[in-house]
Amino acid sequence: MMSLRDKSCVTGVGETVYMRGSSKTAFELQIEASLKAIADAGLTPKDIDGIIPVGIVSGTADDFIENFGIPDMRFSAIIPHGGASPVMALQCAAAAVAAGVCNHVLITFGRNVSAASNKAGARIHQMPQFHFVTEFEYPIGAIAPAQLYAPMARRHMALYGTTVEQFGEVAVACRKHALLNDNALMKKPITLEDHRNSRMIADPFRLLDCSLESDGGAAIIVSASERAGDLRQPRVYISGVAAGHPDSPGSITQRPDMTSLGIAKAAPRAFQMAGVTHDDIDLTQIYDCFTYAVIRQLEDIGFCAKGEGGPFVENGRLQLGGALPTNTHGGLLSQAHVWGLNHIVELVRQLRGQGGRAQVENAEVGLVSGYGDMGDGALAILRRG
Amino acid sequence: MTLPTKPIPQATPLSRSYWEAAAEGRLVIQHCAACGKARHYPRLLCDACYSDAVEWKPATGAGRVHSWTVAHHAFHPGFAGELPYTLVTVDLDAGVRALGQWKSVGTPFIGQLVQGRFIPRDDTADLIFESGQD
Repeated sequence: MMSLRDKSCVTGVGETVYMRGSSKTAFELQIEASLKAIADAGLTPKDIDGIIPVGIVSGTADDFIENFGIPDMRFSAIIPHGGASPVMALQCAAAAVAAGVCNHVLITFGRNVSAASNKAGARIHQMPQFHFVTEFEYPIGAIAPAQLYAPMARRHMALYGTTVEQFGEVAVACRKHALLNDNALMKKPITLEDHRNSRMIADPFRLLDCSLESDGGAAIIVSASERAGDLRQPRVYISGVAAGHPDSPGSITQRPDMTSLGIAKAAPRAFQMAGVTHDDIDLTQIYDCFTYAVIRQLEDIGFCAKGEGGPFVENGRLQLGGALPTNTHGGLLSQAHVWGLNHIVELVRQLRGQGGRAQVENAEVGLVSGYGDMGDGALAILRRG
Repeated sequence: MTLPTKPIPQATPLSRSYWEAAAEGRLVIQHCAACGKARHYPRLLCDACYSDAVEWKPATGAGRVHSWTVAHHAFHPGFAGELPYTLVTVDLDAGVRALGQWKSVGTPFIGQLVQGRFIPRDDTADLIFESGQD
């Protein structure tokens, strides 16, 4: 069977400034990021022949064909799995270019959550995949993701002894990295004590356990490997990529095990495809909608045993200089929340040696996770060419 | 000024029997009429035998706590006056899980025996759980 290993490369990355209160629409932000990614690759908009708009909260593939005047678009897809969608889009794009369907796929996302009366609580109830939540849980007060995820975290704490301080380790690492990133929303250092003292939102989640509501756009280009050599940037190969879904994806309450989600199924497939082991991974970008989600994914991905994610993140292991630098851009917790497309952008920059003040020395192989819709997961292993 | 109202469930053809029973204070769970497997929330097909034949069976509302959370922030204005409130996820004896509001004093603990029932409000009924007898 054909493997997708190294058949494709991420050849371009782009981001807007991340902020709150942007005057631009989601589509304007998406276009801006897309043009940057296309230019970064050394392509022109007319070279794009595949498009995966993440989530359709901004422009559609047709919007791009029209605005870019794309003469011969051959491929498009929609991936409806929330924050898991960008990494799932890597899989989809890698498959499309490996099969020769098209050459250069634009994966793009933009959002403006400040402009709309579009707050976290109201937003998910407009999405069809949350119809169970909307019908059975919203009316009794389970409204926003923080409240839906919190029982997973509470159970993990009860079963495995995971602590508030361990959640704090994740928040502190992300914030430390955000301070090295000019394009991060959060500018103020935090300590474990600041985390512990932050306001409770949905027990056990405090304010500093929750990702940022923010406006911005991000985009990447995935190209067939045989086309990538002609382009502007050093090659970054997609070596392994896989997706996985939890049992009962649409309703957290019905899952046999709330503390293990879709990425547990995806991870072994991605590692096998890439032909690497956990020891080969120089850095990770882990989807951090909540601090707890990072701890649990580290377990599900196999960096430590089930239940040992809490101790694993202690003593600054996730910080630059630690054994497994994670979310070197600041993550969703301290850079910005653009559904994790910013995690892919950051990993690519690191593997090109363009990580700026947060550069991980000699970064050759890295891992990025996607996580969304209350449990869908995806994992990609990228390597420097 | 009127107070913001809480959302009410929008029943579908699949779930109408559940909400009609809830309005009468009864908890019913969808079962496959072919193989008997219980499923919740209501779905079109049995994932074991793919039959779409359905029967609704009464459940006692008894179960044990699977997990819980306390809401300290109102993500919907209709709940602002109730903060903090506790949500509890319960393994029902009927073989499925349910989410409800916790109405006993203190926070629940995992494994705690609980009893669920509906309490009416406006145009619907809310599933609530209270500490049960062990």
